[in-house]
Amino acid sequence: MAEGDPVVTLEGVTVTYGTNRALRDVTSSFAAGAVGLLGPNGAGKSTMIKSLLGFIVPERGRLRVLGLDVAEAPLEIRARVGYMPESDSHIPGMNAVSFVAYCGELAGLPRVDAMQRAHEVLFYVGLGEARYRNVETYSTGMKQRIKLAQALVHDPDLLFLDEPTNGMDPKGRDEMLELVRDLAHNKGVNLILCSHLLPDVEYTCDSVVVMDKGAIAASGPIDALKQPRGRVYELRVKTADDLDRFVERLRAAGLECKQADEDVMRVFVPGAGGAQQLFALAAADRVQVRHLRPSVPTLEDVFAHAVGEE
Amino acid sequence: MPIHDQGYRRYGGNKVRTGTGWMVIARAGIRTMVSKKAFLGLMLISWFPFFVRAVQFYAASNLANIPQASLLAPSADTFRQFLEQQQTFVFFVTVYVGAGLIANDRRANALQIYLSKPLTRAEYVLGKLAILMTFLALVTWLPAIVLLIVQIAFAGNFTFFKNNAFLFPAITLFAFIEVALASSTMLALSSLSKSSRYVAILYAAVIFFTQAVYGVLYAVTRSTSFSWLSFSANLSQIGDVIFRQPQKYDTPWPVSLLMIAALVALSGVILERRVRGVEVVA
Repeated sequence: MAEGDPVVTLEGVTVTYGTNRALRDVTSSFAAGAVGLLGPNGAGKSTMIKSLLGFIVPERGRLRVLGLDVAEAPLEIRARVGYMPESDSHIPGMNAVSFVAYCGELAGLPRVDAMQRAHEVLFYVGLGEARYRNVETYSTGMKQRIKLAQALVHDPDLLFLDEPTNGMDPKGRDEMLELVRDLAHNKGVNLILCSHLLPDVEYTCDSVVVMDKGAIAASGPIDALKQPRGRVYELRVKTADDLDRFVERLRAAGLECKQADEDVMRVFVPGAGGAQQLFALAAADRVQVRHLRPSVPTLEDVFAHAVGEE
Repeated sequence: MPIHDQGYRRYGGNKVRTGTGWMVIARAGIRTMVSKKAFLGLMLISWFPFFVRAVQFYAASNLANIPQASLLAPSADTFRQFLEQQQTFVFFVTVYVGAGLIANDRRANALQIYLSKPLTRAEYVLGKLAILMTFLALVTWLPAIVLLIVQIAFAGNFTFFKNNAFLFPAITLFAFIEVALASSTMLALSSLSKSSRYVAILYAAVIFFTQAVYGVLYAVTRSTSFSWLSFSANLSQIGDVIFRQPQKYDTPWPVSLLMIAALVALSGVILERRVRGVEVVA
């Protein structure tokens, strides 16, 4: 795999569970670095990850990870990737250091190296003091960390993180995100962060792939996606009439409206119309504009736009 | 600073080639079992019949001047009986070791961890199978072979061994069939549930229910030709053939062998369907 090549590519991938089509002819690529895989529940994110790991055989299409075909070289791929599953997973009856070392051995590390790296990785994820405790006695946050440790122990070139902050308290969540960010930006580990939490992705990743209903809705570097093809405004109005009517009028004029609070909304004005267009529409509808501020587009805007949310 | 230690470093050593994962699983499983005192106690008790037989062989060899000693003289049937006695321990060891082998992994969602490593499903099953087969070999094949060596040692000659040269392969073959049947059946049952207790009950039910069905049919027909229905009777029938003993049942031994092969094949099919990195409910 040459430098700059995508770490993961999908070509026309379709996955079907019975009659339910989880992935619909998906063609996409994931650049090196940290890429967020975003989408609402049921969008097909986990199915995509499991297909890339070879757990699910797609009905059609081709998947490549680190330049290797998933159908032809699944074991070589798994030796080079780490997977942090979404659900609680551990090997029963083991303490943390035995569990992580065992995972290292399964991934091909010699026994002595696996044990040494298990200690290192457990310290890195913040479980150094609890490494001799049985994993079954761990709290939810600790279980998330140990899942990250087992995915890291063999030093993968690519990490799949499936909802890594699930069930964590705010402090634990921040720490987990710091770890993920550190791995991607300072330790040179490529990673795909699968999440439905936009702030997590925005904080840790450079690029994003947005999925909806089994298809790719948007993809690219976050900064580029956030570049407006128009302008976003934070708008508060007072109207004698029904506010919903005004919102409808804005939408009819081709503006995208997302209500943030009772009378505050985020309005996307495409093209060069800008504030003038908003004022004109408000005046025509006899609506007072009480507050109008240009807003910085967030990943939430990109996401909402991609999946067609209001 | 929320990160406790920034000391993550890239690994510079060599990784072992793929295909050895089953040995890692087997080694870890054996270590886990051996660390349990109750299990060591069970293994110790399972060797009790061996010591009884050893005393028997000693008496037969060294107390030849007593007329009753001839009754204690070993024969091929002695070894056959010894292995039949060990079936009780085979049952307990199978339940103790085997019930949780896959069930516990399913309960803890460990399959997705295993199968995200460079490990095939077959290697995973082989590793689990190796754990159970090792311990079962320790209560069947090993004591029987040691008993054969003990007989030679007490007799001070190879006469018995030469006259019964088929015993070594017979012990090996029968022990292998018994161990493979018990292990594959238990592993398949273990993959069906997330509760090791439920699996243990299910295994006991398979053993006793098939025997009970045969028992009822025997009581009604007074014929042993339905013995192919019984898990234990099939094994017993094959054992008699291997040890060149008169067969206890009317069922032709190839039918018994076919039943055993079918059970192992069925276990393979179940394992193929149940051991997956992801459970898909279509």
